[in-house]
Amino acid sequence: MPDEPDATAGSQERDDPPRRVRIPVASIRTDAPQFQIAARNPRRAEILAGSGFLLAAAGFAGFGAAYWQNYSNFWLGLTFSVGFGGLGYGMVVWGKYLMPRGPFSESRHDLAPTSVQREEFVQDFASRGKVAVERRGFLVKTLGLASGILGVVLAMPFIRSLGPLPHKVLRQTAWRRGSYLVDITGRKIKTGDLEVGGFTTVFPETDIGGAYSQTMLIRVDPPPASGYLKPPPQFAKQRATWAPQGYIAFSKVCTHAGCPVGLYQELTKKMLCPCHQSLFDVTDAATPIFGPAPRPLPQLPLYIDDEGYFRAQDGYDEPVGPGYWERGND
Amino acid sequence: MIDALFNWFDERLGISGSGRKMLNKIFPDHWSFLIGEIALYSFIVLLGTGVFLTLYFVPSSKDVIYQGSYAPLRGQPVSEAFASTLNLSFAVRGGLLMRQMHHWAANIFVGSIVVHMLRIFFTGAFRKPRELNWIVGSTLLILAIFNGFLGYSLPDDLVSGTGLRISFSIVESIPLIGSYAAFFLFGGNFPGNAIIPRFFILHVLILPAVIVGLLSAHLGMLVRQKHTQFPGRGNTPRNVVGAPLWPTFVAKTTGFMCLTVAVTGVLSAFFQINPVWLYGPYVPYKVSYAVQPDWYMGWLDGALRIMPSWEIVGFGHMIPNVFFPAILLPGITFGVLQMWPFIEARLTHDHAEHQILDRPRDRPKRTAFGAAVFSFYFVLFGASATDVLANYLSISLNVVLTSFRFLAVIVPLVVFPVTFRICKEMQSVPTAGKRKRANVVLRSAEGGYSTVPSEERPGDTVPRVDPLPLDEDFQFVTVLAGAVAAGDGQAGNGHVEDSEPVPPDEVHDGRRRGGIFKIPRAYR
Repeated sequence: MPDEPDATAGSQERDDPPRRVRIPVASIRTDAPQFQIAARNPRRAEILAGSGFLLAAAGFAGFGAAYWQNYSNFWLGLTFSVGFGGLGYGMVVWGKYLMPRGPFSESRHDLAPTSVQREEFVQDFASRGKVAVERRGFLVKTLGLASGILGVVLAMPFIRSLGPLPHKVLRQTAWRRGSYLVDITGRKIKTGDLEVGGFTTVFPETDIGGAYSQTMLIRVDPPPASGYLKPPPQFAKQRATWAPQGYIAFSKVCTHAGCPVGLYQELTKKMLCPCHQSLFDVTDAATPIFGPAPRPLPQLPLYIDDEGYFRAQDGYDEPVGPGYWERGND
Repeated sequence: MIDALFNWFDERLGISGSGRKMLNKIFPDHWSFLIGEIALYSFIVLLGTGVFLTLYFVPSSKDVIYQGSYAPLRGQPVSEAFASTLNLSFAVRGGLLMRQMHHWAANIFVGSIVVHMLRIFFTGAFRKPRELNWIVGSTLLILAIFNGFLGYSLPDDLVSGTGLRISFSIVESIPLIGSYAAFFLFGGNFPGNAIIPRFFILHVLILPAVIVGLLSAHLGMLVRQKHTQFPGRGNTPRNVVGAPLWPTFVAKTTGFMCLTVAVTGVLSAFFQINPVWLYGPYVPYKVSYAVQPDWYMGWLDGALRIMPSWEIVGFGHMIPNVFFPAILLPGITFGVLQMWPFIEARLTHDHAEHQILDRPRDRPKRTAFGAAVFSFYFVLFGASATDVLANYLSISLNVVLTSFRFLAVIVPLVVFPVTFRICKEMQSVPTAGKRKRANVVLRSAEGGYSTVPSEERPGDTVPRVDPLPLDEDFQFVTVLAGAVAAGDGQAGNGHVEDSEPVPPDEVHDGRRRGGIFKIPRAYR
């Protein structure tokens, strides 16, 4: 009967009186100064803590009433906070003044195991591993192969499915040869729509409101009068016809971080990006003259058709907006 | 009844044994230990208010015509996300309070993590054996910042939408993979329709789950390794002095949690935060003046602003401008932050265990370095308000921006030596930072002057008593274990004593002889 000794041992254990000895904290050497409460006048502390709780009760009741009556956020927040404030105050007073003032201590014990423990663990781990794993080199390799493929395959849906590849999307906008310049309502812009110094945001008809095709059309002084808009030497030949009758259009997407370059100051003829304060000189091919923007805003070549409508000679000749790795030299 | 219930669980789970030790867990009394608790409790506020918000928020960028109760925007095309944000603010009872509390609590959460981290840094609490917890903690900071930004982006208002546009550009700027990463994150080119639902699930499920996991690890390690403590009467590397978990700490910390909630509530009742209805819905071609992110992103925004307009182009490729301030800088920042315990150990050759905290003045180099680095980020933070400052001070934006470029270099260079000097001066005055008794100047009959300290009045100094060990029986057992270990010739685990002098009555010779455990005086 091999079971018998075990059974008796078990019952003996159960018959033993519980070894747990209840020692409430406050009963160990209650004469020790650490067990005295911190308050000199416990009655007063009790009243304070109690009034905190009463305040909390009033606050929470007030919150209920405020909610019921659909009062404003102000009253809801106020009553809510009074409730929690009173609760917190009462608890802190209770803990700070009406409980043993201490200090108490506990001892630290070393966390790092003894070298014996460590050796035993390592030995167990390694010796079992030797028997079960190291002898099965073939299994280890095939398991590794399967897991490796799983890892690669899992990465596909979790990464590749997330979005389309950028390809050429970043290189071009919806602007095409002959695109009309329309405003956000879809109205075609024609000469005379803007005052001198006026400006408006325009889009191609196919992409109204588009994040990348947004373009700033500005009417600057008539060119013959001021000589404004004369392209800088390197662009002189190419851009000579791009700004007919003092109307000039630049991409509104900042070359720094892509914010809309939304502010135009007629007095200085500068465009300002409100995000990081890059300043572009409209009279100098929108070259950045201040702030972090590294490149000029691309210019949209304009022409005025026979009916007086503004149209694009072509799309932008470079990618609009901030830089990216593949952008390189173009 | 409660007794029976407790017995029921105890018999099945065996709570009493470890539970009793847990009741005796000591929490140091120093005020600076409360900062981490603020972080914990504001996270609880975030969870509570966040659950409420998910019941009403619709994470969709689908266009709808706003028909809600906010008259100025009625009839305008907005996204469902924006419309539902307005709806839960105006039409849901208590919704505005919950939303504002959520936003305030997020700010408090990140803020208290930063201050908590500074406390850990300047007092050297990250040293062995707590390097791992430092890494977990700094990861929590990073996640908190990220999740804050995600949540801030969800309402799809004009300001946060602009932030999303910038973050697209930032991701796009990563060399080699940038445009792919940005397209995969946003589900295509900016703005697309995928980003709000994706950020939503990251914000409400994935990141909070990771944060909860790491937070548990953070606290678990804290319990296992026990608290550090400042040097002081009765505080040794072998004990922790303070208040026991039950009942004192429970009372205090529960009260503190309620106070954290109350402060968040007061802020939300009195101070409007993120009024998205004033900003309007996001449209890609509109932008608002004075666009600032939430404060914890300010240093990044400032870095973007004061970065000179450099861009590296060559071999058909480009490293865009925003890469340097928005990818490289945070990369270095968080990299150095996470590795700091190891960097410092390498520099100081200090590989010993430390349970006693440094006073910042006693480690002038670390303190000066930390202060200099912090001042650098503070300047960057200030730089995120260049436009506001220029307006407010009525000076040119150019002057403000150029000044910040210089300040970012100069301020840390000034802060380092000044802090170093202050530390040295404080070291040489032993009573620095302590409450002093008034001095009385006396004039003698001959006309000579002398100074004597005034008589001590009650309350001038707090009478301190030695800490009372709560784990007597535990110690009794371990004393024997220590004797056995000493007999075996086990030399502990290379524990090196902390540098501060231990009061003579606390010298525990058990450890000196190679025993592992402290021998209380009673058993010597």
